[in-house]
Amino acid sequence: MKYKSVFDIMGPVMIGPSSSHTAGAARIGRAARNLFGREPKWAEIHLYGSFARTYKGHGTDVAIVGGLLDYDTHDTRIRDALDTAKQKGMKVRFHEEESHTDHPNTARIRIGDDKGDLELVGISIGGGMAEITELNGFELRLSGSHPAVLLIHNDRYGAIASVTGILARHEINIGHMEVSRKQEGQQALMVIEVDQNIDESILKELERADHILQVAKIVD
Amino acid sequence: MFRNVAELVEMAESEGIQISEVMIRQEMEVKEKTREEVVGQMERNLDVMEKAVEDGLKGVKSHSGLTGGDAVLLQEYMKNHEPLSGTILLDAVSKAVATNEVNAAMGTICATPTAGSAGCVPGTLFAVKNKLNPTREQMVRYLFTSGAFGFVVANNASISGAAGGCQAEVGSAAGMAAAAIVEMAGGTPSQSAEAMAITLKNMLGLVCDPVAGLVEVPCVKRNAMGASNAITAADMALAGITSRIPCDEVIDAMYKIGQTMPVALRETAQGGLAATPTGRELEAKVYGISLKKE
Repeated sequence: MKYKSVFDIMGPVMIGPSSSHTAGAARIGRAARNLFGREPKWAEIHLYGSFARTYKGHGTDVAIVGGLLDYDTHDTRIRDALDTAKQKGMKVRFHEEESHTDHPNTARIRIGDDKGDLELVGISIGGGMAEITELNGFELRLSGSHPAVLLIHNDRYGAIASVTGILARHEINIGHMEVSRKQEGQQALMVIEVDQNIDESILKELERADHILQVAKIVD
Repeated sequence: MFRNVAELVEMAESEGIQISEVMIRQEMEVKEKTREEVVGQMERNLDVMEKAVEDGLKGVKSHSGLTGGDAVLLQEYMKNHEPLSGTILLDAVSKAVATNEVNAAMGTICATPTAGSAGCVPGTLFAVKNKLNPTREQMVRYLFTSGAFGFVVANNASISGAAGGCQAEVGSAAGMAAAAIVEMAGGTPSQSAEAMAITLKNMLGLVCDPVAGLVEVPCVKRNAMGASNAITAADMALAGITSRIPCDEVIDAMYKIGQTMPVALRETAQGGLAATPTGRELEAKVYGISLKKE
């Protein structure tokens, strides 16, 4: 069964006009913000397929920037997100891409500040649901609508065990998990979807675990 | 957990409870939540729907300028005329239109089951409410009954225009509304299923062909017709009329029709009304240039 809850049907509460082009887009932006961990100073947003063609009419641009400002799908501040970003000094540029992507509603978002940057690819799959398919060059599959923790780590034995050990000690259940790497023995990405939001103290503990380089989280 | 309409009706009738009650109990079990939590969440959705209708009836205009203001025209018409189609039906139409106009204007709505089809369920609810005088609790139940039928469609067919055309969005929404009207009017669970079947049968084959790819033309008016269809079908079912083709088979037919529908007619703005000369003209106006054809 694809849909498990009545609220998958009767919901979400959202700012119109499109569950895929507005609500889903906002969720992709917010996932980027979440993973970056702070408000970015600049954003380069590349839109593909139907996103590229209809983003102005659907407010896809406003919704993505709203997500970067950490707004939820039903936050009315989404409407003024572009102005708000400007006032805050966030430099935002949109690029309409011609090239073909696997999914018609795809966005590639690069955000950053003077301390670092992040690049992800998100797709909006319908009904307000989104998925993150790429993060800093790593392929992954992340819904963005469940709490999750993402860890960049050295591709060594014991890295996964040390992380799952810490989660087990804090009685955190893992719903979905995957590991990907660009090259054997180099850096790898661990994605763990969990049932509840993870405390900052646990993230700090994860940062100190063996072979872990960087930790980020998605909140529900 | 019910997998189809037949099981849903059987669960309700064997236990002597309403469809809405089956849905509430299932949600409590699946999500491990209390009745208060589940009902409370739906009540908040009801508040959002009510506010959207109110806002739409005050008059809104979309960013593109393609839609807005029709809900107000209908209400003013009803003040000065006895509508030929009946007060409740036209009231439902105006409130469905109000919701989708608010959606098009980037207002706050509750997707039921999608944003593009968000008008049918609240539109009919806030119109039949004036006739049936339900309690707030019964109004929340209306949404659970709608959700129960939508749940079956979403899991066995589709509620996405890109996947199954407008029949999957407004068709599903109208069917969900019809089933909920029947329950609120005191009909049986079987009659709810008949109303859903009759509604959806009359939405089969409806394509998704939005002008400029926007959720405006013809989406707003399709919600108007979805709401009308729902009320008519609910009355037919309450009169004792049954669908010769059972509800689950109608849903399955809808799914198969969607699968064979050309891509140009599934939310790509490449065919149907979107590809008419006027559709293309409006598109060019909205974007400043005409979109390239693939």
